[in-house]
Order: sequence, then C-alpha cells, then structure tokens
Amino acid sequence: MPKAHVYKRDHINTDEIIPARYLNTDNVVELAKHCMEDLDAGFVKKCKAGDVIVAGADFGCGSSREHAVWALQGAKVAAVIAQSFARIFYRNCINCGFYPIELPDAPNLFKTGDEIEIDYEKGLINNKTQGTTIQFKPLPDFAIAIIKDGGLLEHIKKS
Amino acid sequence: MPMTITEKILANASGKKSVSPGELVDANIDVIMCHDVTTPPAISMLKEHGIDRVFDPNKIVVTPDHFQPAKDIKSAELHKRLDAWAKEKGLKYYYKLGRAGVCHALLPEQGHIRPGEVIVGGDSHTCTYGAFAAFSTGIGSTDLAAAIATGRLWFRVPESIKFVLNGSLPRGVYSKDVILEAIRIIGVDGALYRAMEFVGTALKNMSMEARMTITNMAIEAGGKNGIIGYDEATKEYLDKHLRDLKDYRVFSSDPDAAYVQTIEIDCSKLEPMVAFPHLPSNGKKIGECAGIEMHQAYIGSCTNGRIEDMRVAARIIKGRQLAIRTIIVPATPLIWKQCKDEGLFETFYDAGCVIAAPTCGACLGGFMGILAEGERCISTTNRNFVGRMGHPKSEVYLASPATAAASAIEGVLADPRKYL
Repeated sequence: MPKAHVYKRDHINTDEIIPARYLNTDNVVELAKHCMEDLDAGFVKKCKAGDVIVAGADFGCGSSREHAVWALQGAKVAAVIAQSFARIFYRNCINCGFYPIELPDAPNLFKTGDEIEIDYEKGLINNKTQGTTIQFKPLPDFAIAIIKDGGLLEHIKKS
Repeated sequence: MPMTITEKILANASGKKSVSPGELVDANIDVIMCHDVTTPPAISMLKEHGIDRVFDPNKIVVTPDHFQPAKDIKSAELHKRLDAWAKEKGLKYYYKLGRAGVCHALLPEQGHIRPGEVIVGGDSHTCTYGAFAAFSTGIGSTDLAAAIATGRLWFRVPESIKFVLNGSLPRGVYSKDVILEAIRIIGVDGALYRAMEFVGTALKNMSMEARMTITNMAIEAGGKNGIIGYDEATKEYLDKHLRDLKDYRVFSSDPDAAYVQTIEIDCSKLEPMVAFPHLPSNGKKIGECAGIEMHQAYIGSCTNGRIEDMRVAARIIKGRQLAIRTIIVPATPLIWKQCKDEGLFETFYDAGCVIAAPTCGACLGGFMGILAEGERCISTTNRNFVGRMGHPKSEVYLASPATAAASAIEGVLADPRKYL
C-alpha cells in the first residue's frame, strides 16, 4: 500500500528536488538516484513505488527544470499533494503525465507512513491509517486527459 | 475594455481584441530561447515522438551557458546534442563557444528581444526580457518541445500586480536592492501565477541593464512574467542593439486597467539589501546585518553580470586588496571584451579576483566556484536556496554588485556606500 512522506515545509524548490550538480544528464534513472537529496538525503531509500509526497505551499518553486518531475517519476513517486504549487512546476507535472494535487492544509492531514489511496478523477484521498476520506478539487478534464495519455507530447500525437 | 500591457500582448499574440485574467489563450510565439540543460531533453522528446521539426529556424536562439565551456563528459554530451540539432535544423541564431553567453544577458545584447512580442525559454529567468515591454516567461522541456515544433503555446492570462517605484535611488542603492525589497514585501510566492508590472519615477533614470535585474527576479516572487513599459531608454537601447528585425509594436497599460494589487515602494528611502539564506524574500537592510563573515564573493549571472555591474564592482574594488576569494563572471563575450577594453580586468587582477569566461557556472552550483560545507558566499545572483551554490550546508547571501564588492574587500557583509 502506497505511503505518504510528509514534509511540513513551504517553498520546497526544484534545487532541493534535484540539485543542479546533477543536471548534466537527462537520464531519468540517474536523476532518480538524487531525488530530494538536498532536502532529505534518505528519501530515495525510503520511497517505494506509488508513494506520495505531502508538502506545504509553493512546492516546486525556482528553476524551470523538468528534471525535477523526471526525478520524482524515476523514484516512482505517484503524486505530490501540496497546499499550492509553483507555476512552472505545476505545468511541467501535467506535461509529463504526473499528478499535482492541490489541497489546503495538506501537511496537517497526513503523517509520514500513513497508507493512502487516491482516486484522481473523483478527487478523493482515502487515508487508511487515519480512517479519513479527504476531498480535493480534481484537475480539469483536459489536464487529466494529458496525464492519462502519458504527457503532452503523447497527447498531441494521439489527438 | 481597459487592459494591462501583459493582457494586450497576449490578446495580440492570440488574435483576439481583448482578453481578461483567467482566460486561456493559444498564443503565437515570437522568440524561443534554448540552452544546454533544458533543450537537449526537448530535442530527444521531439525525435522520440516523431515530430522532429522546428516551426521557424529564424525564431529560435540557441546558446549553451549553464555548463559551458563543458564542465565534464556528461555536459559535453549535452553540448554535442545541442550542437548537432542546431546545425541539422539550420538555426540562424546559434551562439557557439566564443560567442555564447549567459542567455538572458546575451539575447537582448544581440538584438533578439523586441517590445510587444511573446518570448519563451527553457529557463525560469526568461522573465528578464519583460524589461523591454515584451511578454516573456520560463517553461519546462516539454512545453519547449511543443513550442519548437508548433510555434504556439497555451497560456492562462495572468492577473497583474502593479509595483509603483516612487522617488529615485540614493547613492549606493541599485535596482537589485529594489527587487529584493519588492520580494521581501510580497514573499517568494506573493506573485504566484501573476504578472508583475513595474512603473514609477525611479525607473526613469534606470538603464535597460538595471531594469533587467528587476524583471529577472520576478520568478523569485513566483511571478509568471515581469514587465516594464516602453520609454526613451528602451528605444535608445533597441536602436543600438536590434539587428535583423527592427520593427516592433509598442503596447502600454490603459490608465484604468485592473490590478489585483498595487504596491508602492519609496525608492528614495531604500538602503542596500542582503537576502539571507535560504529564500530571496529574506531581505535585510545592510545596516542590520553588516559584519557577518563571508568566504567567497561572486559577481556575475543573468541578474547582475552586465557591463554596468562590472563597472560598479571595479569602481569599489579599485586600488584595494580583497579579503576573500572573489569570482568575476562577465555574462557575455561582449561584456568580457568591454571589461578588458575599459581596464576593469586590471583592477580585478590587482585586487586578487579571478576572472572567468561567460557561464552560469556557480550561480546554480554547476562549477567555477562551488562552496564547501559551512561556507558563505555574497553573490549577485538570484537564488539562495539550500545547496544552490554547493554543499547543502553552505549559504548564499544575495546582494547588488556594489554590496558584493564591498563585502569582498572586508570579508564580511559590508555597506558599499562608504566606498562610493
């Protein structure tokens, strides 16, 4: 069962998600090894496929590097739930077929290790550990369509 | 319907009479900026998806800058991919090593930025070009790929915040101090998704170089774009720098255009500012923080690596010995040459600085001045996030070139006004 990794912090930036010293490659496997390294050096070891990051406001601020999303995808993170997202990162997520979930008060609704299940289209998060169901505003249909197709370029190709 | 300059440019680019905030528009792109970190992945994506084309080989400007000259084998491979693509597609404006420079200093200098246009780039500081009354914003590699292939991108028309810069700058206070103060006031997400429009008397005496420092850091407040209206200074710069396409269209905000917020700053009362780790919004007046020990000074980047930044630093440094290692990075080859011709290099050399080739270098922790654990750097760059210039336990303090130069002399955060 996917688990939550909670970082009670605002403004977690793309330098922390993937430090620029690793931007000399766009190889996803390489990038994934350093995912979240400057925020939590142990993250990659802890993270299991399908896990979710929970954070405060303005997640993904700073550099436009899409490498940040690729690093998260490479580390098999399924989604980021944050109070709010920085603009370029948010757009990059959708373009890459990755779910950014906006949820006010996000860091206070989960504890690290909580087992969760997400229905992206209905906008529901089931926190199995705490026995709570949390509603969020689902992404607009066109964004969900892009994500389901695996990203913007796949979507353009299909449509 | 009254509109802001940002709204007018987006309306024009999407073939509409008017647009309002929140509306999604499909806009024609006039210029695409490509560099060595985010463009090679975009090229690969296009090839993988079988849409390996460029919409117009005359509207894409390419310059390696982040890791140039190549810092290691992997970055050399990125440059190789960029080079092969630029040649294969016959791109008209491809700046190779020797003419390549920090993108946001290079494009205006080489005449690629025109008012009224929509400019995108695979770099968050693409907002810099808004100093020329253009709409300009940073995008990721997938959007970059889509723009390269189609010449179009969708945008949500942003609400605008108006910053009224009143008064004029006192001695020793620069446009960097103004934007650090603006970010201190609204916070690093204070302008999230919004346009930051700068007006006011303080802009009148600011050069285009100084204005670019302001729009450059719009992203540090979360802004979608930063923008400054067209005036005599804009015209004068463009007359000197535009080469092939000299026509452009000037848009300006209607007097009754709507803003979600108006922030007034009395620039006459500003002091030199230093943004403390680890957010650009942690600005303090130099008077409140002078004396903190530094280990390195870095003068360069797309924020403050232009010729007038070099002149200010040289003026303060001239005839003095520096207490800490100091790295000077002229942002473009032309600025490098100007420094040489004006004798600034001699000043820097005599004081004990190292002078680098144009590169983004250590600003983003790439190379050419990386910090060790526990070290502190006074830097003219734009971000002071955790690990930005090196070890996760190093610290970056953002300031103007004058404050960085004064601090280099003393080895501690120092007020530049005593040296002017």
